[in-house]
Amino acid sequence: MLTDRKRVEGLGSARSGTDHHWKTTLTAVALLVIVPMFLFSVGPLLGNPYAEVQAALSRPFPAVSAALMLIVGFYHFRLGIQMVIEDYVQGTARKVAIVVTALLSYGLMAFGLVSLAQIAL
Amino acid sequence: MADVNRGNRPLSPHLQIYRPQLNSMTSILNRLTGIALLGGAVLIVWWLMAAATSEAYFAYVDWLLTSVLGDIVMTASVWALWYHALAGIRHLIWDMGHGFDPDTSDKASWGIIIGAFALTFLTIVAIWGA
Repeated sequence: MLTDRKRVEGLGSARSGTDHHWKTTLTAVALLVIVPMFLFSVGPLLGNPYAEVQAALSRPFPAVSAALMLIVGFYHFRLGIQMVIEDYVQGTARKVAIVVTALLSYGLMAFGLVSLAQIAL
Repeated sequence: MADVNRGNRPLSPHLQIYRPQLNSMTSILNRLTGIALLGGAVLIVWWLMAAATSEAYFAYVDWLLTSVLGDIVMTASVWALWYHALAGIRHLIWDMGHGFDPDTSDKASWGIIIGAFALTFLTIVAIWGA
């Protein structure tokens, strides 16, 4: 007979227990700080002249806000979309959708971070 | 003893036959805003890429994002961002085991909806003033 304790040792059907949910929670709490930082430091730059945008994104606070938004935001996005896919898509399509989501999230994160580095450094 | 009832548990109510409630609608909207935020995120990454490319290309993308259509998409994205943040806070509270009764849940739902509009308004005012 399988005891409840023994069942938990396999960490569920995903073999990873609450890891996905915990990472979503962690990034959610982080984003509660990062989102206002990003909105109020990078948001006002929209519509500003090229030189001013370059100068602003070279300063630590807007640059770090944007970098954190890209890293934590796209990671949280990947986790969340994977959860939606697992709820509604089955079989091979599910695997393909999860892979596409990961590539899209990390790809956009990379494009954003490299652009930011080229401007800021 | 584990799983004596395997295969005979009540099924989750199906979306099409479940009576719409404020609670379920705000939950669905939380997912939709999370998915839709990809649109705003792509535009911001494109804007950063343009700023790293050239002055002429930046002028073009920046003009697009601050056009009437760009303003509408950006405002909608800010609303989605605040909505998703507030609904996310409720999820964090739910995860800690609080606020499940219908009355509290309904009040929180209205708080999320009204709060998202209020924070969007404040954000636009702050960005315009800056």
